[in-house]
Amino acid sequence: MAAQDSVGHKEFLTAGGHHMDPPIVNVKLAQDILDVCRSMSLWPMTFGLACCAIEMMATGMARFDMARFGAEVFRPSPRQADVMIVAGTVTKKMAPAVVRLYEQMPGPKWVIAMGNCAISGGPFKIKDNYNVVEGVDTLIPVDVYVPGCPPRPEGLLEGFFQLQRQITGKRWWPVAAKVEG
Amino acid sequence: MATTVIPFGPQHPVLPEPVHLTLKVEDEIVKEAIPALGYVHRGLEKLAEIRDYHQMIQVCERVCGICSMIHAVCYSQAIEELMEVEVPKRAEMLRVIWSELHRTHSHLLWLGLFADAFGFESLFMQFWKVRERIMDINEATTGSRVIVSVNVIGGVRADLSPEQIRWILGEIDIVEKEVRALQDTIMNDYTVKARTVGVGVLSKENAYLLGAAGPTLRGSGVAQDMRMLGYGGYSELDFEPVVETSGDCWARSTVRFRETLQSIDLVRQAIAKLPEGELAAKVKGNPPEGEVYMRVEQPRGECVYYIKGNGTKHLDRLRIRTPTFANIPPLLAMLPGCELADVPVIVLAIDPCISCTER
Repeated sequence: MAAQDSVGHKEFLTAGGHHMDPPIVNVKLAQDILDVCRSMSLWPMTFGLACCAIEMMATGMARFDMARFGAEVFRPSPRQADVMIVAGTVTKKMAPAVVRLYEQMPGPKWVIAMGNCAISGGPFKIKDNYNVVEGVDTLIPVDVYVPGCPPRPEGLLEGFFQLQRQITGKRWWPVAAKVEG
Repeated sequence: MATTVIPFGPQHPVLPEPVHLTLKVEDEIVKEAIPALGYVHRGLEKLAEIRDYHQMIQVCERVCGICSMIHAVCYSQAIEELMEVEVPKRAEMLRVIWSELHRTHSHLLWLGLFADAFGFESLFMQFWKVRERIMDINEATTGSRVIVSVNVIGGVRADLSPEQIRWILGEIDIVEKEVRALQDTIMNDYTVKARTVGVGVLSKENAYLLGAAGPTLRGSGVAQDMRMLGYGGYSELDFEPVVETSGDCWARSTVRFRETLQSIDLVRQAIAKLPEGELAAKVKGNPPEGEVYMRVEQPRGECVYYIKGNGTKHLDRLRIRTPTFANIPPLLAMLPGCELADVPVIVLAIDPCISCTER
């Protein structure tokens, strides 16, 4: 399982907000099976911030159909979600809400930073910018970064595959063939 | 009766973008709504001090992810007016084509989200399925699905080849057929009407007085459409503003539905009248100096750019007024008196684009 207790985020997260107790009976095989189960039914949270949210929704729709890979149910409540897709620019006003939503998610939980704004502030990263958080990873631990402005739905799907690989240590889906020319 | 305060947002199932409403509720009936904005304020106008006026096109496109083309057109037209650049006719018509494609996909997106707001998940999926064809056209012609970046000061960067035009005409025929197949559901279905007819009524007087824009205004019976000003290539096209008179959520969704079909028709007209010629005029002379107002019609309504140039590469001031901002006062007038369960439907009915509003 991905290490949830990462240092460097302590000033934003409250104590216990991202901490998970070790299991009472720690059998590796059982944990591995649980990890596979978890990775095959990731429940993302409906949480859009800007343009990337549109592509995030398109990923869940009929054409790209995230349901094929288990991430089917977009949950409106953080209490029911596993994965937070930060799709869009995080501002200083939104930052406390992002941290709070993250803390409200039950563990184990993962974060995908979707789009350049969520990764680094994107085109708004300038010296005098007064309201943009330069990367959501300054607030909460991020597991997978999906670059693009906005990323294509296939990009987000690939992000999900990477997350599944991170959880289980194995890539489950075929790699797309390279197109020549 | 005791008053309960219910927070709506910033994270809410129906909202693709964060906005916060404090609802004061008495026994399921909303008495007052107080908005809180600024959750996606990115300081775009501040960027005008650092990026030069050519680079600002790319910044303006990122005001809104859904109607990026129309923001870029508005900004380019404003700068062209300041610098007195004559845009080639072909470039104007190409801008119309991409603008109308953006309007089509924006309205389809909204119709889907609106269906989701009252829990009609399968209609949501259907509208988004149709929308993917428009996204394919955007991608095939410009290289990007959402932010197309085809505008430059003086014209456009990309061209449509005859094969692409034939393919686009075929695709939009399919889109029109698929959209028409959903007409009966979104306009006449019993369940849909039960949730939308008579909900969030905005009278014609109120819509005008509170400064509503776009489909919210036209749904209340005011025939105002900035495209009628004939900017760009619109002066050569034949269309009428779509107007409904009942002023409720049903009227607004019907306006958007009919505008989708209208936009498809406008794409056809623009393609039929696409003249031969240059793609972009040469931009020469000094950087922009002076003040200009530019008004264009976005999918959500009238969008106004105010630009003040001082003769250097960097603009003095770039002020953007977006339609959702104009539609918030009417929204606050619509909410009191409605049921708590209708709040998502009414909020979505103005098509809130929060990224636009806060820039």
